[in-house]
Amino acid sequence: MSELVIESGRIERQYWRDLWRYRELFFFFTWRDLLVRYKQTVVGVSWSLIRPLLMMTVLTVVFGKLGKMPAAGVPYPLLVFCGMLPWQFFATAISECGNSLVMNSNMISKVYFPRLVITVSSVMTTLVDFVVSALFLAVLMIYFHFPPHATLLVLPIYVLLMLGASLGVGLWIAALMVEYRDFRFIVPFVVQFGLYVSPVGFQTSIVPARFRLLYSLNPMVGIIDGFRWCILGAATPVYWPGVAISVTEVVLFVASGIWYFRKTERTFADVI
Amino acid sequence: MSTLNNPKANKAGFAISIENLGKRYTIGRQRSANDGMRHVLETAVRAPFARLRSGWQKKIDSVDFWALKGVSINIKHGEVVGIIGRNGAGKSTLLKILSRITVPTEGKISIDGRIASLLEVGTGFHPELTGRENVFLNGAILGMSRAEILAKFDEIVAFSEIEEFLDTPVKRYSSGMYVRLAFSVAAHLNPEILICDEVLAVGDVSFQKKCLAKIKSFAESGKTVLFVSHNMDTIRNLCDRIVWINAGHVQEDGPSEEVIESYFNELSKELKVSRSNPTYGLAIENVLLKNDRGEECNQFQPGEDLVVEVSYNAQARIERAMLALGVLGINGACFISSMLLDGHCPEFLEGKGKISCTFKSIPLLPQSYSVKLSIRAANASDMIIPYQEVAYFNVVGDLADYGYKGEYETYAARSTSVVVPYEWQLPDGSTVPVSLSRVPQPVGSPDFTFKG
Repeated sequence: MSELVIESGRIERQYWRDLWRYRELFFFFTWRDLLVRYKQTVVGVSWSLIRPLLMMTVLTVVFGKLGKMPAAGVPYPLLVFCGMLPWQFFATAISECGNSLVMNSNMISKVYFPRLVITVSSVMTTLVDFVVSALFLAVLMIYFHFPPHATLLVLPIYVLLMLGASLGVGLWIAALMVEYRDFRFIVPFVVQFGLYVSPVGFQTSIVPARFRLLYSLNPMVGIIDGFRWCILGAATPVYWPGVAISVTEVVLFVASGIWYFRKTERTFADVI
Repeated sequence: MSTLNNPKANKAGFAISIENLGKRYTIGRQRSANDGMRHVLETAVRAPFARLRSGWQKKIDSVDFWALKGVSINIKHGEVVGIIGRNGAGKSTLLKILSRITVPTEGKISIDGRIASLLEVGTGFHPELTGRENVFLNGAILGMSRAEILAKFDEIVAFSEIEEFLDTPVKRYSSGMYVRLAFSVAAHLNPEILICDEVLAVGDVSFQKKCLAKIKSFAESGKTVLFVSHNMDTIRNLCDRIVWINAGHVQEDGPSEEVIESYFNELSKELKVSRSNPTYGLAIENVLLKNDRGEECNQFQPGEDLVVEVSYNAQARIERAMLALGVLGINGACFISSMLLDGHCPEFLEGKGKISCTFKSIPLLPQSYSVKLSIRAANASDMIIPYQEVAYFNVVGDLADYGYKGEYETYAARSTSVVVPYEWQLPDGSTVPVSLSRVPQPVGSPDFTFKG
């Protein structure tokens, strides 16, 4: 390749090539975050299991036992856990993304590498928790004698959607956080609020049909429904317009997220 | 690392070619944590009204500040270039642009060759991780591949001299160990162009020397080096060419000695601004350095007298003010004159006056020095003028004139600044006196030749 040219107004053309050049850094940041996360904790990695387990118990008791929500013949803990799987991923990923750049501000102001690496790595770190939770779900299904359906084969598509939604929103938040630390307060609020607004502790079917479309504007609605459908089968029917909305939104988020991130990335070091 | 290099790509044959570079920062606009989005929302709400009032004029609360403006520098392959300038002159901004940490507002830079920049050692080191883990992490951040780090791992560890602590979290390291490990990783990058910013300002003296030697060997192997430092001596030692950046533009660009001399002259001129303490009504109006002939001077020979003349203006009567002067070299304080120590202080200061101190036959090696001054009140604990740099000077001269005939002079001359007169008694019964503390007389003076 030819010489490196740095010029005003032009985002370095080498960017995407650099992203490839620094591909190992994705791994290194993920590895670092995982290593660091459970240092000086007593139970260590078990936290990846304890958290969702406790959450599942609380949601099952609140919505299933106290709220007496319909379960469509599925054990309520399973219903909840299928919803929690994508939701927890989304919630953790956007929080981690939001902090990713600010937490690494020292590096950003001292050394060059495509900043996308940091933010994408924090999504990858979250993916490890997701895998642990998914394995736990498998154990739960065995425990409840609930065999998976053929629809499970479609799950990877929903996992991709979930990744897309998290990355798209995460990129926006990460880039915005650099300049506006307000998001430090907004993100936890969204995460907390979203848990009750999204169909995590209950099924979408309890939402009245006339509000269904409106409700589906939350991209996680389509994704959570999809997860339930894939894992639990026909007992939890899919609302297709909702899925269509989710897909459109995810594509928009990812595209605009990358665009905004790239646009502001050049000045990260100046404003952070 | 991939190949960013192709020596033939740059038509002009420069390793780094900077054309008309400018970087603008907008200051005056709050970017603090409390005033983030509210500001933007507020401006958005107010904007239509503001526009009604002021038309499409620019907001007046933001001020443009050009950290760099019209900077053009061409650096040839294999050149070792130093960058000097005061704090805030734009050196760091230039390096940040060259390292692609931030983008220029205008202008163009072409870099031909694989570039590595070290604006700091240990960037990305994580305190919770062990030394071993950090080597990999830091290496990756600096652009090395895993395979490359693995291949050089033993070398890196050997250079750092901390083998036994490799599996200890770096938060338990002493700062010296930390820096050692961090520099070792950086030292094993293998770029064609190296950009270095004051990396040597950390660690103990012996480690700084090790770092410097590494950079020097790098420079001598024909690589291109861009080196920013405040230490004139280091920079003189390392670089053939110096670019002096002042207030965002290139003030001077040329051979090291020339640029350093004009830089020093400028510094001394600027230091003539008064330093004062309104509580005591005392102002230091001027600090002049003179030689023994009473001429104002910034270049001294070893063995000359150094006169520091402090002009003051005391509006109120100050009883028994105690003056202290220190001469500092690359390794810190060389010697001082202190009224706290010797007890000779003026009965009182009142009105305008002068206090001079003559350092007799300064036994200093040819290096760069600074003079610091402090004034304390009679109770010795209250600072009237805090200890601060008030003047700079160079000691110049050829050690051979003083009877030195060492072959390793350039090596050894960096280990100290002060050489008091001494005598060797050699096994053959001869006595060899060595002294820097008298200016050599023209040829034939017996004092400064080796006596057999």
